Amino acid sequence: MVSGSRAFEYAPAPESRAVVDIRASYGLFVNGEFVDGHGEPFKSINPADETVLADIACADATDVDRAVAAARTAFDTVWGPMPGRERAKYLYRIARIIQERSRELAVLESIDNGKPIRESRDVDVPLVAAWFFYYAGWADKLPYAGFGPDPRPVGVAAQVIPWNFPLLMLAWKIAPALACGNTVVLKPAETTPLTALLFADICRQAELPPGVVNIITGAGETGRALVAHGGVDKVAFTGSTEVGRQIARVLAGTGTKLTLELGGKAANIVYADAALDQAVEGIVNGIFFNQGHVCCAGSRLLVQESVAEEVLERLKTRMATLRVGDPLDKNTDVGAINSAEQLAKIRELSAAGEAEGATAWSPPCELPAQGFWFAPTVFTGVAQSHRIAREEIFGPVLSVLTFRTPDEAVTKANNTPYGLSAGVWTEKGSQILWTAQRLRAGVVWANTFNKFDPASPFGGYKESGFGREGGRHGLEGYLDV
Amino acid sequence: MSERLAVRKTYKLFIGGAFPRSESGRSYAVTDAKGRFVANASQASRKDARDAVTAARKAFPGWSGRTAYNRGQILYRVAEMLEGRRDQFADEVRRAGASKSGAAAEVDAAIDRWVWYAGWADKLPAVAGASNPVSGPFFNFSTPEPAGVVAVIAPDSPLLGLVSVVAPVIVSGNTCVVVASEPAPLPSITLAEVLATSDLPGGVVNVLTGRRDEIAPWLASHMDVNGIDLTGSAGGDVPGLEDKAAGNLKRVLRPRPGFGAWTDDPGTARMTAFLETKTVWHPVGV
Amino acid sequence: MSTETASTTTLNDAAELRAFLRGLPGVDQVGAEERAARLATRSIKTTAKAEAIDLAIAMVDLTTLEGADTPGKVRALCAKAARPDPSDGSVPRVAAVCVYSDLVDVAVRSLEGTGIGVASVATSFPSGRAPLEAKLADTRAAVAAGAAEIDMVIDRGAFLTGDVGKVFDEITAVKEACGRAHLKVILETGELATLDNVRRASWLAMRAGADFIKTSTGKVSPAATLPVTLVMLEAVRDYRARTGRQVGVKPAGGIRTTKDAIRYLVLVNETAGPDWLTPEWFRLGASSLLNDLLMQRRKLATGVYSGPDYFTLD
Repeated sequence: MVSGSRAFEYAPAPESRAVVDIRASYGLFVNGEFVDGHGEPFKSINPADETVLADIACADATDVDRAVAAARTAFDTVWGPMPGRERAKYLYRIARIIQERSRELAVLESIDNGKPIRESRDVDVPLVAAWFFYYAGWADKLPYAGFGPDPRPVGVAAQVIPWNFPLLMLAWKIAPALACGNTVVLKPAETTPLTALLFADICRQAELPPGVVNIITGAGETGRALVAHGGVDKVAFTGSTEVGRQIARVLAGTGTKLTLELGGKAANIVYADAALDQAVEGIVNGIFFNQGHVCCAGSRLLVQESVAEEVLERLKTRMATLRVGDPLDKNTDVGAINSAEQLAKIRELSAAGEAEGATAWSPPCELPAQGFWFAPTVFTGVAQSHRIAREEIFGPVLSVLTFRTPDEAVTKANNTPYGLSAGVWTEKGSQILWTAQRLRAGVVWANTFNKFDPASPFGGYKESGFGREGGRHGLEGYLDV
Repeated sequence: MSERLAVRKTYKLFIGGAFPRSESGRSYAVTDAKGRFVANASQASRKDARDAVTAARKAFPGWSGRTAYNRGQILYRVAEMLEGRRDQFADEVRRAGASKSGAAAEVDAAIDRWVWYAGWADKLPAVAGASNPVSGPFFNFSTPEPAGVVAVIAPDSPLLGLVSVVAPVIVSGNTCVVVASEPAPLPSITLAEVLATSDLPGGVVNVLTGRRDEIAPWLASHMDVNGIDLTGSAGGDVPGLEDKAAGNLKRVLRPRPGFGAWTDDPGTARMTAFLETKTVWHPVGV
Repeated sequence: MSTETASTTTLNDAAELRAFLRGLPGVDQVGAEERAARLATRSIKTTAKAEAIDLAIAMVDLTTLEGADTPGKVRALCAKAARPDPSDGSVPRVAAVCVYSDLVDVAVRSLEGTGIGVASVATSFPSGRAPLEAKLADTRAAVAAGAAEIDMVIDRGAFLTGDVGKVFDEITAVKEACGRAHLKVILETGELATLDNVRRASWLAMRAGADFIKTSTGKVSPAATLPVTLVMLEAVRDYRARTGRQVGVKPAGGIRTTKDAIRYLVLVNETAGPDWLTPEWFRLGASSLLNDLLMQRRKLATGVYSGPDYFTLD
């Protein structure tokens, strides 16, 4: 047996930053113009090296007023009355410009968010374009969508999105809203505003009428002012269950339409007869995709006891090949944690995992000195009662539990207040359907994981929120039905 | 010979297929439109509400696991039983304030409404589900599934309103806890007698009579209730109930402003309000 | 019937073998293809590319397998194998020259002193449709003529019809006929139809004594593909983990560009691991690939794009 061979070292393959032009400061995008905000500006930083990228305007209550007023005027005078076929053409234009500027969007997303360029380039941005293409086609076909012969838009939609898929979540929110004839005020996350602001420029290139899309930046307070604004007819939020609950309370009794896409603690069930190599890929993709900053991440691996050891061994071997580092390197698999705050949360929960008696393992990997990093980690010996089995970590941390029978797998999988997604791995067709039927989750990936498509409804059961995004179902939240 | 003394019915609660009295031992007098005593109804407590939720939760896996065809059959059976009790219902509806002909029309409409919903059991998934043409080698389909346990605050329309809020919730496989009309609760218990003899598993429908403002908040805040229909809530109570419902992010069906009459075409909204869409992906390969 | 009685595999063994192969974990085609496609996006540049090109050259089994092959053609190929780029002595030599069995002696004489081995296809390549005795005679002739490696084909018909015992017996018989020559077993994955079959055939060949498992003859389309090679690399990795014996892998056919070759190296690196990243354990069966590797190598060295006129066509 040969052992003198050495590893094949990949030389750095950085994607060029030259394609993006980050301005020193950014205003709010209101009524088709970039304007100053009246709050205290804040900084967006690159999580991979902690350098400041730009100063970002902060919207206060008066700015929210202006943005909502602009959206209202645009709704009443331009966008609401516009025939669907004309709205469709604007959305197609936007989709095309996104494709044309895809490299720029991908690089900027990776710089601001910390996600690997391979993902922003191959997953996020192509899906963003696809989302606009898909909903563009609905704009003039709404009477055929099953919501009555003449479904009407809701009006002005307030949309608050998270930092894990900044541009993709923007697309999930804006594309169906506009297709249905609503106008929007969107607030990107505080730590990842840059691609939304670049999207504002795309709206201008598409000559979208002023006020149809307004983008205001700020932190939690801006978001609270926006969702509680009396001029808003619809609120769409993606983020934590805790904030979702607060929003639901704020809107209690107002009649404002609400959809929520919140947290998750998805079980990824691996039966003994699974295609093990693909299951291992699915486990890796389920929890390490986007550094585990994924609401539907397969963060609880439920593996049948008879193959648990073998699966874990394969998983660890596979984890050792993950390349952690510079998000702009084309070979990076796991990028930077999005913020110091998130890193602290991941560390805190991981520490709790060890304190509660679970065993952590990470492959040897050198983490950069600057920036926010967390090595891919797998916890074994996890019990349902451990915090790391119940709480959403939102990081590259996998908790492994075992089960003996299909019933036990389903019971453990459903034993959570969340219900966003789940995975099932088995080569037995009837067992897939049996399991999928019993899982209380809005998305079930069978023999695959973390797949998204504009034609496919996405959203949760229970405390993972309500309403669906994607597909025909995704129209309902933006129609007055 | 004196006229025969009627045997009066004791109106109790309906929980888990049984007819218990309120654990609180309380009841309240139900009167007719002219204020005359009709009967005492049980006045359910928060503990009765808790027990009803437990019964509904217990019934959920079985009921949601029935085939849609079977649920449709059972609901149709309920309609058959209703038909056999038309006179009794008409009498109760009349005592709740309707004219004689109005009461008969309401009963007929209620039975017809129930038949209409019964037929939806095995059609709803075809209308609300989809197979989705995703861009990749995957078969992807969405199916509507029941949300779980639903609390229903029933309106004061004593029979038509009642069946119009109960049938759409259970036809898809949900189980429910119904808070009956406070002033006109008697038809709800008679309906429960029908449900109890129609092969409907115990616990699928649980009926509480009593004070809405006493019971509804406990249901709205209950963490094991998945959805709440506020149709029968007073406008002023809605914000507080919605606030409580946010505790576990219940699906909330709000009272609809501009609502017409219960005789209007109900559409599918009451059914879809308590459905979850589950989307399943599977690779297509050899 | 006499060959049946001569079988080394009893009925019971064949049943056990069939059950064993059926019990291997399945392969999800979509997942395997996705994994292979993702690895194909690895960006191998500058120093890593230079290293990869030289490694790939050293792994090439420079091949000619035409009905029109002649001693002259084989001699030219051998000259190319020994000095792939006459203008650049730093280019490594290839791993082996692969020819039909009747041309082995020509190749052996041409390569004398170069250290390059001769591989011979045998066993009624490419179809494998001949009596076992003919296959064994073919093998013995090649070995006798000096072949250091034998590339045999399995009986795909027997495999697909479930007669895995026959396939097993043929491999063990050929292995015996090889003597000291290394045995590469060609699965002809293009005819096996599914990745499940590729995994099963890989294990079957390894259990029967294969030193290498090879994807294709190059005569059937598709020949080597990344997903098929991925599954075979998983098989050799798992086989070594279970038995301690390492088996090599050789994709062959359709690998024409440097980009293709580097994708295979990435696949090896991240699937079976670096232990397989030597010519001893991984080969690329190819012919036109070599000139593309040379052209890319010169681009890296000189900074300007080269053209086909600057490389020999042999």
